[in-house]
Amino acid sequence: MFAYYLELALRSLKRNKLLTVLMVLAIAIGIGASMTTLTVMHLLSGDPLPGKSAHIYYPQVDPTPNNSNWQHKYPLPMMDYRSAVDLWSAHRADRQALVVQSPVKVSAPEVNRPPLMLTMLSTTSDFFPMFDVPFEYGAAWTPADGKDRAHVAVISSDLNDKLFGGKDSVGKSLRIRNSDVRIVGVLAPWRPHPLFYDAEGSITGNMSSTGYYGKPEDVFMPFFSSMEVNDGNFFQYTCWGGGPTVPGHLENAPCVWVALWVQLDSATKVADYRAFLTNYAQQQKVLGRFTHTETRMLDLMQWLDYEQVIPSNVKLQTWLAFAFLAICLFNMVGLLLAKFLRRSGEIGVRRALGASRRSVFAQCLTEAGLIGLIGGIGGWLLTLVGLWLVRRQQTPYSDLVHMDVSMFVVTFVLAVGVSLIAGALPALRASRVAPALQLKTL
Amino acid sequence: MEIQPILAALKKHKIPATLIVLEIALACAVLCNAVFMIGQRISELHLPNAIDQAGIVDMNVQGGDPKLANADIPRDLAALREIPGVTAATGIDMIPLGHSSSNSNIATSPGGVFQKDSPNVAIYMFTKGGPEALGLRLLKGRFFNDDEYVDSKPGNNSYVPGGHAVILTQALAKRMWPNGEALGKQLWIGPQNNYTVIGVVANVLRPNQNGGGLSQFYWSAFFPIGPYPVVSDYIVRTTPQDRQRVLQAATAKLEALSPGVVVKGKAFADIRDEYFATTRSMVWMLVLVCVVMLAVTAFGIVGLTSFWVSQRRRQIGIRRAVGATRAHIMQYFQTENFLLSTAGVVIGMIVAYGINLYLMQHYQLTRLPWYYLPASAIALWVLGQLAVLGPALRAANVPPVVATRGV
Repeated sequence: MFAYYLELALRSLKRNKLLTVLMVLAIAIGIGASMTTLTVMHLLSGDPLPGKSAHIYYPQVDPTPNNSNWQHKYPLPMMDYRSAVDLWSAHRADRQALVVQSPVKVSAPEVNRPPLMLTMLSTTSDFFPMFDVPFEYGAAWTPADGKDRAHVAVISSDLNDKLFGGKDSVGKSLRIRNSDVRIVGVLAPWRPHPLFYDAEGSITGNMSSTGYYGKPEDVFMPFFSSMEVNDGNFFQYTCWGGGPTVPGHLENAPCVWVALWVQLDSATKVADYRAFLTNYAQQQKVLGRFTHTETRMLDLMQWLDYEQVIPSNVKLQTWLAFAFLAICLFNMVGLLLAKFLRRSGEIGVRRALGASRRSVFAQCLTEAGLIGLIGGIGGWLLTLVGLWLVRRQQTPYSDLVHMDVSMFVVTFVLAVGVSLIAGALPALRASRVAPALQLKTL
Repeated sequence: MEIQPILAALKKHKIPATLIVLEIALACAVLCNAVFMIGQRISELHLPNAIDQAGIVDMNVQGGDPKLANADIPRDLAALREIPGVTAATGIDMIPLGHSSSNSNIATSPGGVFQKDSPNVAIYMFTKGGPEALGLRLLKGRFFNDDEYVDSKPGNNSYVPGGHAVILTQALAKRMWPNGEALGKQLWIGPQNNYTVIGVVANVLRPNQNGGGLSQFYWSAFFPIGPYPVVSDYIVRTTPQDRQRVLQAATAKLEALSPGVVVKGKAFADIRDEYFATTRSMVWMLVLVCVVMLAVTAFGIVGLTSFWVSQRRRQIGIRRAVGATRAHIMQYFQTENFLLSTAGVVIGMIVAYGINLYLMQHYQLTRLPWYYLPASAIALWVLGQLAVLGPALRAANVPPVVATRGV
């Protein structure tokens, strides 16, 4: 039966080529525009740690004094050194990692090339297992290395390619600022997006929001070792009461600049950790170090949401694309209505010969679906063109943009779905055609 | 032209007529807002910036030894000034539109910075020769004198300058003293640091908007500073023609002077281009959307009117047979389209206003100026008339003899 309807639909499409082309074009353009933006949205709003993000949390405490100019709705998005280190050393979570970024000069004594300015991530050994960071060669440093302030580093696969031609460089040394540091691990290509663990700063806009889609750092060093190695090059998120006495040396300064990430594997542990945070804040207030006891702990996806990591331009584009799809939909309803009702005579004959309303409806809907399918192919091609255009733009996420299988499926589901919705009303009207009236005019 | 018969005919085609109206309404609403956004972004691309934008080269120097800054900076600047074609050079802590920024809240009284509405401004610090190297345009007062540069070290609070003189942009001076003269007034960064306003310059952009939006984009303050490690960049001024050559010469010179530093030179024109790259691509994307959307709407009108024309061939024939001219038939379809468009744009203008209200709340957009509404209404009227022209002509060509034939 369906094959017969399909044949009917094909015949009908061939009969009025102009109208068919207009409808297919409208669907293709609408789908192309909305799928291009939807693919970008899908990419930007994705879960950077699928399956794990629900167990990753971002604790916050509020070390700011009363007379500073922040509205104390939530604690600042980073912590001061002492609070962060206190919470980290308590080891109350399943895993915990301190995170700080800093610019650093790097060269390789064994390689003859000018020094590079790179971004270094100071962190603790749990960082790698907690965020499922893949290693190409070697491994992360041990907690003991961290405690001993060992001069060791893990480097990105990009940097390994640049300096060592992609060969196993474990054991080689790097000159990080003025210290010799031994490479213990080389990462496999790793590109989490958004770059969630750096997702701070968008509130004051120090980092433009597209900053969350850049590449991870090139050098990773144990937190406390790097404090010595790169002393004087750390940047505050913000300060109060005068700021640091020595620029770039923030350990004792009234500044927030350190982030802490924790992994909590069960609901009880989450509740326990919240209680621990609250206790800590109250205890610090008793000690006179805090004036506020508000704490907060969002999970990874909530945190990204709060930080509004998706560029507002992209959100606007998505809205626009769907308004556009709506226009295409209206357009198609109108054209289909014209198409079906023009065939009233034919439908009248078919009804008189015994076709039920239901089968006329099904026939019309098959035709709409077919238009959707053809439009979907066009839309898919246009989406590929659209994504190619996005890739040519200067955005940090340009190189990430591609169409995956799920988006490919969504393209066709959306195209056929939209066409069926658009076809429903015209098909209903067509199935209501009174046979007698039509036969009379024949 | 009588409207009555047209309305009667439309009543028989309620659904297709409604669809056209809705399509036009939506197109009108999106067009209004999209054109408004395009306009805003284009004006953002052309924001004036009162420095020598075409002649400035920025040399970013990193990885030097901060302890040597005191000796290195004057030496580097002297070397840069020797390059043929260089007219001025200075050391500075950050670059307009360079993204990386140092900001602070400022106030007109010692405790004022702790108030919530105290403005957050960009803190530019440059060494001697800064105004000449940047090409600042003095509107009132004077630039810094030599003593003021020497006096200013990074103070106890390392991120604020230790001197006592400041130059503000016109926009910032107006924000701080809306009704009075800024010159000679005291500006405070926290209770300990105060500065006398000695000059007002034409508006210079900040390194980034710092969350304050366009209205705060000109809130820049300039401080003098001695040769201290806060200086991260050299600004070298030359002519647009010599820019590339000077950039290369300066890179080579700086690398030779302090082996081991990482030098990144860039013409300011390129820095500005990069800063606005996403804005520019957004403009193109909005233009593309508008054009394609209008095309789709026009196709819809063409398709549906063509259908109506072919459906009414017989009626048209009859009208022609009883004396209607071709012009009458054309007018019929044109008027019909005009009525539909009118209904569409009226709804569209209301929706456009609603969308604008939503965008104002969520995307820091400003209010849509009223004239965008009639402008896009006219655009859609014209579009409708153009789209209907083809089908209407075909209708006008229906010979009267059709009336005598069976369909």
